[in-house]
Amino acid sequence: MTELNMAQALNAALDRALADERVVLLGEDIGQTGGVFRVSDGLLEKHGPDRVIDTPVSEAGIVGAAYGMAVAGLRPIAEMQFMGFSYPAFDQIISHVSRIRNRSRHRFTAPLVIRVPYGAGIGAAEHHSESTEALYAHIPGLKVVVPSTPHDAYGLLLAAVDDPDPVIFLEPIRLYRSARGEVPEEPYTVPIGTAKVEKPGSDVTIIAYGSMMREARAAATELAQSDIDAELLDVRTIIPFDTETVLESVTRTGRAVVVHEAPRTAGFGAEIAAQIYEHAFYSLLAPVERVTGWDTVVPLRRAEQHYVPSVGRVVAAVHRVMET
Amino acid sequence: MSTDRAEAGRHDFALRPSRPPAPVDHANEDLPIPLETRVEMYRLQQELRQFEKRAYDLFMQNLVKGTSHLSLGQEAVAAGVAAAIRPDDYTFATYRGHAHTLARGVGMGPVMAELLGREDGLLGGKGGSMHLTSVEHGMMGSYAIVGAHLCIANGAAWSAQIRGTDQVAVAFFGDGTTNIGAFHEALNFAVVWKLPVIFVCENNLYMEYTPSDFVTAVPHPAADRAPAYGLEAVLVDGNDADAVYEAARKAVELARSGGGPSLIEAMTYRHGGHSRADPGKYRPDGEVDAWLERDPIPMYHQRLLRLGVAEGQLTEIQQEVAQRVDDATEYAKASAPPGDAALMTDVWADGGSAWRN
Repeated sequence: MTELNMAQALNAALDRALADERVVLLGEDIGQTGGVFRVSDGLLEKHGPDRVIDTPVSEAGIVGAAYGMAVAGLRPIAEMQFMGFSYPAFDQIISHVSRIRNRSRHRFTAPLVIRVPYGAGIGAAEHHSESTEALYAHIPGLKVVVPSTPHDAYGLLLAAVDDPDPVIFLEPIRLYRSARGEVPEEPYTVPIGTAKVEKPGSDVTIIAYGSMMREARAAATELAQSDIDAELLDVRTIIPFDTETVLESVTRTGRAVVVHEAPRTAGFGAEIAAQIYEHAFYSLLAPVERVTGWDTVVPLRRAEQHYVPSVGRVVAAVHRVMET
Repeated sequence: MSTDRAEAGRHDFALRPSRPPAPVDHANEDLPIPLETRVEMYRLQQELRQFEKRAYDLFMQNLVKGTSHLSLGQEAVAAGVAAAIRPDDYTFATYRGHAHTLARGVGMGPVMAELLGREDGLLGGKGGSMHLTSVEHGMMGSYAIVGAHLCIANGAAWSAQIRGTDQVAVAFFGDGTTNIGAFHEALNFAVVWKLPVIFVCENNLYMEYTPSDFVTAVPHPAADRAPAYGLEAVLVDGNDADAVYEAARKAVELARSGGGPSLIEAMTYRHGGHSRADPGKYRPDGEVDAWLERDPIPMYHQRLLRLGVAEGQLTEIQQEVAQRVDDATEYAKASAPPGDAALMTDVWADGGSAWRN
């Protein structure tokens, strides 16, 4: 076991993935510079420029090439520098990457990973800070994965590389360095499609993922001081969503608070709430609460704290469901 | 240009000057192309022509589902390139991709059945005319979003380069594609990494319903852009299979030997409209007739006769192809539509469409 931050854990996973000679990394500034968040630091030196490719600023070109590599036998990992920069590649991702299996009657697969740093954290507003995972979750054929710990970041990334379907791999910018934890020396994977009960509890289930797990954890700790025993559930994989684990928890606690950084309307929290209402309605002791970003544009640093859900908002939401 | 636009008015493209074909370059007859290759290209052109004519007829009988874009008139491009590549090379096509699919050796029956949306179709009746794909034949897909597949062809070529094979990738596209960003992104990537990829622009003069020169900054949409990427401007007669073959052969040789990509602009013309709903009335008087005079197939027929191929051999090819088109039609008509259950398949690797693995 070594203690790593999330960026280091991802770096170790990429290094491990490159042991498979079909794996190729491509993206803007990922080689020489090691990526703007240094996630691929040192990999160019170790694996060479044929495997770790510094591309032009050309997102459609990057994802198109990665997809072409994938249908022609490789296992590419493309990096979009920020979530907002992935939109120029939308056509490739939505119209082609997600559909080739269906379109080719299962004869082609597109086993590629698109890594996307997401969420607020560097204070640069809009494209550098947004959390639009619901756009990708909406598209049949795309898996959407989002770790919140170095351990899961490593294991989920290696699972994504192994996965026969295309994976959008979201990396919470705020957690790259602030999330630290033990990562085993030996390679391992964390199965895609499994949520994790991070802390058992009996009064309410707080359901969160990625960057918001930090606030969710702090809220659970604070609530314990008010004798509220919150169960903390890390979604880890948005698609395929682990409905079973969520329902098992909510059925037991009878209360749910869903937390995400993305705007509220049609955010993935709406889908989670719908799943709970459809399948666990009669176990509910209170309506499901959503704590989310606002239906507005992510602002610059000064106002970021008003945009991103705070620990206080999560705590307040839990109190509301507890009062019902 | 501004005067031209004002005179043209909003929907009077038909009043613009006709753009006739260049005359046949009979010197192409002397290109050192083996006679058997030429006969093969003749056979391919016959296949593509007769297949598309039948597809058109089936349309008119309302048997082809969805929409469809025919390559009638453009056969020499598909045939010329197909004859210059190997079975293990990669082809990417557009929504106008029946010809390129057939030219890779994909059976007429499965393709016809796919147009009819039947379960024995190439894609089980799920994809239709615009998505023809056959892994076994290196037909990597027909891409109906303009320009996307140029970037994707780069990836396939890159894979070949990384794996150390000498396969090449070919991406066919229309003149309209040259104005979309993906075209330029793809060319840049291909040149920087010297990818073994060949971009073939089928310039049929019309970007859907609009004359491409009306909305394009340069007269030759692909060739005039080539030098901006350090590539040679290659402009060929796309209605002459020999000219196409020769350009493709050189490009393939360059790509296989590590010399990088090529961009070929082949001048051609579609005899019909953009798609089945389009009568093509935006075309000036006389333009279609002038291009019908330069139909690639009768010209090639005469050339082969001059080169010593017996009329009887060509007739035999025509008849044999006609029989195969009939057989394919029967095969397609006899196949059932896919069951409703097919809707729920093949979204994920487990073969289904559910969230959970």
